[in-house]
Amino acid sequence: MSAIAMETRAAPRASLLRRLSSQEVLLAIAIVVLALVVGAINPRFLATRNLSDILLGNAYVAVAAIGMSMVIISGNIDISVGALIGVLATISGSMAVAGYSIALAWLVPVLVGIAVMALQGAVIAYLRIPAIVVTLGMLSILKGGLISVTGGKWITDLPDSFHLADIELFDILPMPVLIMVGATILAALWMRYTAQGRAIYATGGNPEAARLCGISPQVTVVMVFALHGLFAGIAALLFATQLKVIQSTVPPNLELTIITAAVVGGVSILGGVGTVIGSTLAAILIAEIASALVFVSISPYWIRAVQGGLILLTEVADIVRRQRRVAGDSR
Amino acid sequence: MTSLAAAPPERRVPRWLARHETLLAAVLIVALAILGALNNRFLTLDNLLNQGRLMTEVGLIALPMTFVIITGGIDLSVGSVVGLCAIALGYSWKNLGFPLPAAIAFAIALGAICGFINGFFITRVKVPPLIMTIATLALYRGFAEGISQAHSVRGYPEWFYFMGQGELFGVPTQLWLLVAAIIIAGVALDRTTFGRSLYAIGANETAARFSGLPVDRIKLLVYTLSGLMAGVSAYVLVSRVTTTRSDMGIGYELDVIAAVVLGGTSIFGGSGTIWGTVVGLVMIQLLKDGLALTGVKGDATIVVIGTVLIASTLLASSLQKRRDVGG
Repeated sequence: MSAIAMETRAAPRASLLRRLSSQEVLLAIAIVVLALVVGAINPRFLATRNLSDILLGNAYVAVAAIGMSMVIISGNIDISVGALIGVLATISGSMAVAGYSIALAWLVPVLVGIAVMALQGAVIAYLRIPAIVVTLGMLSILKGGLISVTGGKWITDLPDSFHLADIELFDILPMPVLIMVGATILAALWMRYTAQGRAIYATGGNPEAARLCGISPQVTVVMVFALHGLFAGIAALLFATQLKVIQSTVPPNLELTIITAAVVGGVSILGGVGTVIGSTLAAILIAEIASALVFVSISPYWIRAVQGGLILLTEVADIVRRQRRVAGDSR
Repeated sequence: MTSLAAAPPERRVPRWLARHETLLAAVLIVALAILGALNNRFLTLDNLLNQGRLMTEVGLIALPMTFVIITGGIDLSVGSVVGLCAIALGYSWKNLGFPLPAAIAFAIALGAICGFINGFFITRVKVPPLIMTIATLALYRGFAEGISQAHSVRGYPEWFYFMGQGELFGVPTQLWLLVAAIIIAGVALDRTTFGRSLYAIGANETAARFSGLPVDRIKLLVYTLSGLMAGVSAYVLVSRVTTTRSDMGIGYELDVIAAVVLGGTSIFGGSGTIWGTVVGLVMIQLLKDGLALTGVKGDATIVVIGTVLIASTLLASSLQKRRDVGG
């Protein structure tokens, strides 16, 4: 029995290397090729200003996609994260305006994010309610709660020191990019080289086998959701501080963009496979596509159709690849 | 082995379900009484018929969603299908010059095609229903937005509003449609091979396959039905609100899934009834109406529906656990 368990645990690790290279290289090539093609049609696309806008304005999506990737790798899903980011951004902005210290206005939303997500993780893991039901319910609770509490009123007059996203380290390294790259590398290393990180893959790949290996799938799921909450909190800070106002509503369909980044980044919805480097590259690619549409005079209203098409394409490619691998493994 | 495993739940589930629905119906009556006592405008024929009118769009989709969830699947794309079909109706009539009846037929057929695409990828390519319908949730809404370019379509002829605003024998027109759909869905689920196959697939898909059931064809049909009814719902909705916008149907998946799950259909598949879904549907509509009449705003209402969704799943799952332990 344990031999089988070991095998299923080892298998994703071997294929992980293969997938890691293929999916990430593929995404990196796509990012460069798209930039060159769109740049050839409209050279203004390649202006430093535009490229940095794409990166800075969407770093929060990439940060949130790190947590989403972990959730999906563990075999779950979360559609409440967009609403949560809206709520956390509003909490953060309200505290800053109410005169709390900036450190507190940055810290509290992150803690609330961790708490809300850990709670969802606990309901999913211990009460065995499917993640889609819990997070769909939480999505409407957060969304309805936010609008009925704030009335959709904009938060303005934010103190200057509040704007985390405007900070530039050594005057050249903007904070959003620093956080995006740092969080991606740390998360990737952690997931690859620590026992807890590997436990996420094991739980998603085969919870029963993971249990027999001495991993608690329940504890792993709660941990994954808590981390997802941490990244959602950081994403909310970047989101809240990049503009001079906070709209205190739920950013429409943000969860779809985040899920798209995770899935297109090579995280398999069947659980057990994927990396956060892929999801960060995918988040950049999606932002690049959204910007490119404008530069080649295609209406930005098509962006969501593009996202849906990308998810579908990646999933079908992933499943076909898996089937081929199973067929090749003939035993 | 399979017959041994499948037999006991077959006998036990209906009895428990009957209890769940009776319980729900009892709660419903108490809720009606309380809301009626709190507000004298609530228990009037006018208000109740009007609530029936408002309930139809979600109700039409909740019926096939019951089928989908009984087979152990889910369809999150229904709200986006409503949006796309509404746009297809308005756009084909206004911009492509379709006669209005043809535009209605086109919209409904497009809904069926959307559902078919979901079913095709789920059964043939084996994309899990959850991710497939999240992808098309984005895709179909994206098409609705891309085609409409945020333009709305208005100015339909008077006869078009009969379905959404008219009355037939003193009852809102669309309520007849809903009642007919409920009867057909109820009979189909309870009295036909197709209906019974859904339970078999949801309880144990592999066993159903080995029993010779055309599992893939049945699932394909169920997702197509889901899209088709979303198309019909889009027609009723456009006719009721007199305009077509690309954001129509946003969030319908919450109401629909909440009604089905509240009605006692197991989110894990294998059990559920149309009767339960109807009671769940009425409960949710009355909850919305009751909250609105007592002065709660629309946004707070979805907080309640979200809570109801989680709580009813928790309750159903703890009842299930107790039954499993007892059995």
